[in-house]
Amino acid sequence: MLNGNLIFLLQNLVLKDFRIRYRNMSLGVAWSVANPLLMMGILTFVFTRIFPNPSMHHFALFVLCALVPFNFYSLASNAGTTSLLDNQSLIKRVRCPRAVFPIASVLSSSLHLLIQIALLLGLLLLFGHKINRYWLWLPGIWGMEVVFMCGLCLMTAALDVYYRDVRYLVEASALVLFWMVPVFYPLELIPAHYHLLYTLNPIAVVAVTDRQILLDTRAPSPDLLLQLIAVSLLYLAVGLAVFRSFERDLADYL
Amino acid sequence: MQSSSAEAAIRGEIDADRKDGFAAVRPTESVISFEGVSKSYLRNASRTLLRHRFKSWLTGAPAEMFCALKDVTFALPRGVSLAVVGANGAGKSTLLRIATGIAAPNCGRVRVQGTIAALMELGAGFHPDLTGRENVLLNAALLGLTRRETYEQFDSIVEFSGIADFINEPLRTYSSGMMMRLAFSVAVRANPDILVIDEILSVGDQNFQRKCVDEIKRLKSSGKTLVCVSHATAVLRELCEQALWLEHGAVRMRGSTATVLDCYESGGRVS
Repeated sequence: MLNGNLIFLLQNLVLKDFRIRYRNMSLGVAWSVANPLLMMGILTFVFTRIFPNPSMHHFALFVLCALVPFNFYSLASNAGTTSLLDNQSLIKRVRCPRAVFPIASVLSSSLHLLIQIALLLGLLLLFGHKINRYWLWLPGIWGMEVVFMCGLCLMTAALDVYYRDVRYLVEASALVLFWMVPVFYPLELIPAHYHLLYTLNPIAVVAVTDRQILLDTRAPSPDLLLQLIAVSLLYLAVGLAVFRSFERDLADYL
Repeated sequence: MQSSSAEAAIRGEIDADRKDGFAAVRPTESVISFEGVSKSYLRNASRTLLRHRFKSWLTGAPAEMFCALKDVTFALPRGVSLAVVGANGAGKSTLLRIATGIAAPNCGRVRVQGTIAALMELGAGFHPDLTGRENVLLNAALLGLTRRETYEQFDSIVEFSGIADFINEPLRTYSSGMMMRLAFSVAVRANPDILVIDEILSVGDQNFQRKCVDEIKRLKSSGKTLVCVSHATAVLRELCEQALWLEHGAVRMRGSTATVLDCYESGGRVS
């Protein structure tokens, strides 16, 4: 199924999304950097000047470690959910595997993730952190987040065609998630009986493991990694299954 | 009186065709075959709102359906081209959508052998903010071409379209004729086994229409199949051997292009 033509198609769709998003913006890619910097700045101001917490060093980097995966969620989930409707002029006229549209949309959001990762790593080095061997875990961890988002968006994109309300649910989910990911507090503060709520949430796991690797200079917890992989692959499998069951009549509802 | 004799003539044609026309062809030899294909759509435009679903679920009101195709059966042998005619809303585009696999039928069997390239609507598959070049690449990928095939064909696509000067301009600056030129060029250079054209040739100027007709003839001579919807019956007579006349979603008549189109054109006058 994943032959050369499909990869060529995916690549063209990703390029298309990226070009369209940036062609009409004079600041272009700078927006991908400005958004997390702004959030990092305001959260750092609030939690070091207004609610100071002296136990935490480098609060700005601590926040950014979680903002990068969270931003990717909020960008990719919105773009992915509306991808079938955004591409309806293609879907209604050309026969091609429709699952490529949500996936291409998530992948083109991944280009923003890459830019934000570069920002995060650049700031870490600037603040005197050293590169360590555990950084080798990072591509796998972020890759799993991409897999998770593909699975989620396959599901929400298919549902959004039948029920146009789904996109607003997805938008609201990002608001909820901001508080359910330990963005400005450490996971250790969470009472033990709520832990599962965080460890089964791939975005929270990516945030926590990012901090373990980048700030604490240690290997990510194996149990967190296993949960991340299991949940992400489960979402991908369920997403593909849901998408397949809705795919047949998709063009009738666009 | 005149109307009833026309009706009888049509029925006679249909019977004649049953003996030596489409139905005589064995399914294995046909590139496209429809067996009792029907397609209906939900009528209510707000069906995609949860509120609406909830309401019909609570009240138990059945969904209102609109039947776009009713029990359509035909088979098209390899290398034979089909003209589809009928009034607006007769189901022509629905038939093409099902044949190309874009939409699925509610019942019946559809079999298609080979690759399909479809020119369904002006600007379809193109994005207005992308340049002509970027749109050609995207469209080629959508039609299933590999990277190598695309880059091999790129120059000849642009050359055939005759708009090389504008290939780096965004598509929104194109005229409808230019868009059609580009779409047609990509579709024929994709070298499909079946080329499906829905009405868009009429947008092109005289010269380009001639060029398109010649190119389609060249494809046909190499054993490719054309399915064409058009109101320009002169072109259909030139390109297609077989014709299918749809009326309110059902097959009114099928047979050789000359007989079906003669009847269609006179039938139009009678009613």
